[in-house]
Amino acid sequence: MDGSGKGNLDQVKHVLLVLSGKGGVGKSTITTELALAFRHAGKKVGILDVDLCGPSIPRMLSVGKPEVHQCDSGWVPVYADPQQQQLALMSIAFLLEDSDEAVIWRGPKKTALIGQFVSDVAWGELDILLVDTPPGTSDEHLAVLENLRKHRVDGAVLVTTPQAVSTGDVRREITFCKKTNLKILGIVENMSGFVCPHCSECSNIFSKGGGEELAKLTGSAFLGSVPLDPLLTESLEEGRDFLQAFPESSTFTAISHIANTLLNSLNA
Amino acid sequence: MADVPNDAPEHCPGTSSDQAGKSSACQGCPNQSICASGATKAPDPAIEEIKQKMTSVKHKILVLSGKGGVGKSTFSAHLSHALASDSSKEVALLDVDICGPSIPKIMGLEGEQVHQSGSGWSPVYVEDNLAVMSIGFLLSSPDDAVIWRGPKKNGMIKQFLRDVDWGEVDYLIVDTPPGTSDEHLSIVQYLSGAGIDGAVIITTPQEVSLQDVRKEIRFCKKVNLPILGVIENMSGFVCPKCKNTSQIFPPTTGGAQRMCEELNLPLLGRIPLDPRIGKSCDEGKSFLTEVPDSPAAAAYQSIVQKIRDYCASHSASDDSC
Repeated sequence: MDGSGKGNLDQVKHVLLVLSGKGGVGKSTITTELALAFRHAGKKVGILDVDLCGPSIPRMLSVGKPEVHQCDSGWVPVYADPQQQQLALMSIAFLLEDSDEAVIWRGPKKTALIGQFVSDVAWGELDILLVDTPPGTSDEHLAVLENLRKHRVDGAVLVTTPQAVSTGDVRREITFCKKTNLKILGIVENMSGFVCPHCSECSNIFSKGGGEELAKLTGSAFLGSVPLDPLLTESLEEGRDFLQAFPESSTFTAISHIANTLLNSLNA
Repeated sequence: MADVPNDAPEHCPGTSSDQAGKSSACQGCPNQSICASGATKAPDPAIEEIKQKMTSVKHKILVLSGKGGVGKSTFSAHLSHALASDSSKEVALLDVDICGPSIPKIMGLEGEQVHQSGSGWSPVYVEDNLAVMSIGFLLSSPDDAVIWRGPKKNGMIKQFLRDVDWGEVDYLIVDTPPGTSDEHLSIVQYLSGAGIDGAVIITTPQEVSLQDVRKEIRFCKKVNLPILGVIENMSGFVCPKCKNTSQIFPPTTGGAQRMCEELNLPLLGRIPLDPRIGKSCDEGKSFLTEVPDSPAAAAYQSIVQKIRDYCASHSASDDSC
């Protein structure tokens, strides 16, 4: 199956993993917003969604449920912007017939599909490929890394929410990165504070500062915090480009800052 | 589909398939004769052992969600606290989230260790009538990552059910990781002999969460797991200063209410976002005793009562048949 060597990832310049030990902290949100920010910076971006049991990216980019076509070199990714073709996406959601269908698979089957996903998508030329992962440190993560090893991974962006219950799981993910020799590009603190739209009082619903503390504790870079913003959640629900719609919000500033820091550290 | 060993030859039909030991892929496999003999098709003997062990456990409830971070562990912990507030009831909380065990922290048990006794592993007790078991108690430091593939996680879950000395228990609450994979299949399979009262499904109001939760509901149907009901967590936020409500996770497609109507499931209740819930969890305290007069605590209590009622009617119908 793998006779073609590196094949489809040959023309992919940078590969970034988005990881978190904890679920529901915003891995897919951060992946989507980073992809949009990179695209606004003129980059050609791909997203590989390896969350087999809960794929969220297709909805967040509003690509619906297109059919995936085959070409000589593999599966053709789906473009979120079919005209410009600057943002390519591949997700398990495209391969399911019914969107409510559960993928009730144990590890070995997931590992096999991820192997295919990593090597058989015809990405073409990409500046950056973002890999969105499910929570944990198990089959999917090992499979992605094993298959990407043949290529090159620039590193991982870790996402956490501020509270200790979340940073506790992310500490374990950091150990995972160290054990698997995966470079940590930095930590993003998501859902950091909520500014009441009525009275502008900031409530730290999920506490505050946990991401930065974790970065200090583990000697990782802190990339920044993204506030809880109902406009961001709503944009993702409707698959709208938040960065285009709300360029004057503080959430926009936070995301752009993180994206720029990453672009600089990649030299992209 | 579920029983292809990690190191099996390519195209292995699975050890409990009808083709086990007979398909062309089995040629040359060292285990071909075992598979062909039919021994691998027999149910795991652990299911029977677990059934024996679980005869002392009256009610078993799973807390599930397709989506991560919606509050499964928070709810499991508070359900356990609330049930255990009746000192005549024995409550056990089992955390089968192997890669991200949050229960030790939420229950204020970080750093605790499990002890061996003659009758198995002893769980850790928060109160006299509230026992907790989690892989977190088996790790030596909070940095320890459990980088395990499926089969190893399944082995751990089997041990939790078979080898933990739970004693006489009224309610066993099982907290699960997100998804529909190894942990979920294993817990349902291992408890298939003993029987599960039902699953409580947790979601947040937005569609990004509901779409994963629908998959979890489909999973329950496929494995014949009764659904006790759905809980909408993080449902609205009341600003502590101006008392206005904001929908931080907006129910753009009608939230859990609409989904429950469509799928004909009971909505057990809605729990609002309250910063004091997260804070209590971080400090390992029960929100229900910290801030008992809050709307969120009232929502919890009403949901817990529904679960108590369900279990009571469930055991009544069990006894009659």
